[in-house]
Amino acid sequence: MRMELIQPFINAADAVFAESLQAPTKIVDLAMEENAYRRKGIAALIAIKGDIEGRVILDLSPEVAMKVASQLAGEEIEASEQVVKETVCELANMVIGNSVTLLNDQGFHFKVFPPEIHMNEEGLGGSADTEALVICIETPCGEIYLNIAMHYLHRRRNERNAVPALD
Amino acid sequence: MKQFAALLRKDNRPVRYLVVDDSVFARKNLIKMIEQFGGEVAGEAGDGLTAIAEFNRVKPDIVLMDITMPQMEGIEAVERIVRQHSDARIVMVSSVGYQENILAALQKGAKHFVQKPVKPEVLYEILRYVLSDDPNAAGAPVALAGEHRS
Repeated sequence: MRMELIQPFINAADAVFAESLQAPTKIVDLAMEENAYRRKGIAALIAIKGDIEGRVILDLSPEVAMKVASQLAGEEIEASEQVVKETVCELANMVIGNSVTLLNDQGFHFKVFPPEIHMNEEGLGGSADTEALVICIETPCGEIYLNIAMHYLHRRRNERNAVPALD
Repeated sequence: MKQFAALLRKDNRPVRYLVVDDSVFARKNLIKMIEQFGGEVAGEAGDGLTAIAEFNRVKPDIVLMDITMPQMEGIEAVERIVRQHSDARIVMVSSVGYQENILAALQKGAKHFVQKPVKPEVLYEILRYVLSDDPNAAGAPVALAGEHRS
């Protein structure tokens, strides 16, 4: 597990949830998973391809999503599937956007794909060669899960140059 | 809720904003802040193409523009708007805030950048700065009756 790749996502999630929900958050559980991810509620999966490859899944129950929606909008929002989906996407976009900013400023370049929403009962595809870190974050609206699987595709140029060539 | 002295145009009318973001929540959030700053929402758009049409229709004082959107991304929309209206004042609002993105937006004509989640006090200061260069804007923010400065 490449913690240096995962830490920016944890930091970004913490900052985004605390700012958006206007209250401190706490990591209450951490676990490693190698199998396909079993979602807990509505999940947004964001794929990343480039110097770093992998995917991040943001997952929360519809009830939590509605509380977050009201908090984001600053007013009570009437519950609907559309609102739930949009809330999960908006949270995922903010977390990924902030993480990408941190990683990009460290010299990593990659493309981030738009969030895919998953609501069915099937497990989300795990990556065959990458174990995932599942983090449960406690927020004032309820628990939000992040599932992060990330690995290097190529070494960064300066690291490649530093490695002596084999003859 | 934190209160802000109103940002007004030189003619003492509210600053008119065009809010561009594909997320309804993001737009609602920005509109709430605009209201806190004494502004008026002249239009909304959920993608770059609609933003261009809305700009031509409502001629806003300020555009708050997301970057990643369907149909046409924010940076391309900035380029097209500024090509037609060199005096357009556009502030980019995005969760993706790495340097390449910011530079690209500024090179195309955006005036500033603010990262999501947006802090009202940060956006306020940026708007104050951008408006200070606007011939239509008041040189200093004017407090609305009943408001206190924080």
